[in-house]
Amino acid sequence: MDSVAQRLSVVGAGAALELRGVTRLFGALAALTDVTITVRPGERRAVLGSNGAGKTTLFNCITGDFPPSSGTIRFFGEDITQFPPYERIRRGLRRTYQISALFPGLTVQDNVYLACRGVSRGRFSLLRPGQNDALMHATETLVQAVHLASVKDQRVAELAHGQQRQLEIALALAGAPRFILFDEPAAGLSPTERRELIEILTSLPAHIGYIIIEHDMDVALRVVESVTMMHNGRIFKEGLPREIESDPEVQELYLGGGHE
Amino acid sequence: MSLLQSTQFRPDPSANATRRAWIGAWPEFQNPAAWLVALILVIMPLIANGFFLIEIFATTLILGIIALSLMFLAGYGGMVSLMQLTIAGFAGYMVAVFGMSGNANISLGWPWWLATPMALALATLFGTLGGALAVRTEGIYTIMITLAIGAAFYYFTNQNWTIFNGHTGINTVATPHFWGVDWRSDIAFYYVTLGVAAICYFAVQYVSRAPFGLALQGVRDNSRRMAALGFNPNAHRIAAYAFAAFIAALGGVLQVWNYRQISPGSVSVGACIDVLIIAVVGGITRPIGPFIGALIFVLLRTFALDVLIKFGLDGNRFRLLIGLGFLAIVFWSSDGVIGLWERWRRNASATQSPGGGRHG
Repeated sequence: MDSVAQRLSVVGAGAALELRGVTRLFGALAALTDVTITVRPGERRAVLGSNGAGKTTLFNCITGDFPPSSGTIRFFGEDITQFPPYERIRRGLRRTYQISALFPGLTVQDNVYLACRGVSRGRFSLLRPGQNDALMHATETLVQAVHLASVKDQRVAELAHGQQRQLEIALALAGAPRFILFDEPAAGLSPTERRELIEILTSLPAHIGYIIIEHDMDVALRVVESVTMMHNGRIFKEGLPREIESDPEVQELYLGGGHE
Repeated sequence: MSLLQSTQFRPDPSANATRRAWIGAWPEFQNPAAWLVALILVIMPLIANGFFLIEIFATTLILGIIALSLMFLAGYGGMVSLMQLTIAGFAGYMVAVFGMSGNANISLGWPWWLATPMALALATLFGTLGGALAVRTEGIYTIMITLAIGAAFYYFTNQNWTIFNGHTGINTVATPHFWGVDWRSDIAFYYVTLGVAAICYFAVQYVSRAPFGLALQGVRDNSRRMAALGFNPNAHRIAAYAFAAFIAALGGVLQVWNYRQISPGSVSVGACIDVLIIAVVGGITRPIGPFIGALIFVLLRTFALDVLIKFGLDGNRFRLLIGLGFLAIVFWSSDGVIGLWERWRRNASATQSPGGGRHG
């Protein structure tokens, strides 16, 4: 048995994302404690939990924005625990941010072009893209896919909130994503924009899996096949959306803690 | 959404679209004022005498090139580097050390076409190494560390006699002579500086819209997000320092040819700060800013003395004028003279065509 196959068999071959015993400390505070999650390729999962449950910290550990204090993270079998964020992104991991993290001084088109360029070669190219540049066409297609073609030459600082959220998603779809982390993509969206978001999420190619953090149960449970509940930095419960929805403990914790 | 798909329905780029893209990329070529400025600069030797040609315009262009390198770092990269003049000075010293000068004990006597590329390469290396140190810090600490590099270099040149010849510096530095032209004669040298300045200006303008320049602006706006898009932000920052160092080095080579000597005074901390003042007064949002700032600075430096004496004040107080001007600009326009000009244009066009407001 060669070493690659050996390694894969040990971690459970074929997992898109595998976290083992991931702990993240901020000083004495444990934001994540011993989190173990396995996500299949193409699986769509929601991470639910109250504020401070450790959902965003989980994302930050997976992308490397904050490395975990202990534990291992594997992405399609490869141990990425020590990788800087950009190495993880180049391997097909993507994320969006809870609070839009865009480039306000650049136009919509430039933002998306950067995302396309970031996961391809020529990041340091001193030559401007020409008329036939493949990435320019990929950029145009992406801008259209998130309904921003009409504002593509506007600076991002001038966009409405909903448009910024859509751009945030476009950046995560650039290149050839294999797995995406969506951090509250519906936050602050109007009902119409929420419908568009659900449409974008459900129409993603089947091989692209994702984890979505979402407070809006209506959005979250319509676009996922499995749910992980987090509480105080730990995995609290895992299951199918309807199991979680009807679980009395979850209701207690998540839907208002008895205030209803 | 695949690339294959998107390239299939690509229409033939029509000549019109190409033209529009070209004009969008080079706004100067559409602007009659820019053509006028270019024309005046080209026929300057017909208008101006040797003093104006060299002491005002060539000096402005050289300082503009050095400040342009700071504008590139600060404007597109958000990194305020106070060592740009130090890099230029280092290039100047290297020209003097490798080339020919009156200090035969130090100068190696290489011909200019060997000494100049060597100086440019070493200065670029110097700037890149300094940048690699500076990118570990942000904001005010970047200013501090680059200022420290500048100050260290200044004191080092003062005390080192084997290479930098201490506080006397290196004098009577040889300048290029070839094709029967003395390239340091007033008119020839003016055109050399004008040519180099134009190349630097258009290079910065061009690169700002190339992937490297866009990525640099991305790093400026949000470096964490850039990493989450697959970019290595620090590698981009260091590359920006390298690019800026090369521009500053070009300015430094021209400067040593201009004065034919270089000494620690040329790389003093005060001179480092002058470059910052030039860039900020002109405006760091566009590559033309540093040149405007340099012109204002050189005019003040040259004529403020006479004006002050006329008003019965001490002529050596010309720096006071520069300082007050600097304060005024920073106070009223955070993006320098360029910003004032743009606001004035916008107001003028708004009053001319009410209702036809400009967007962005």
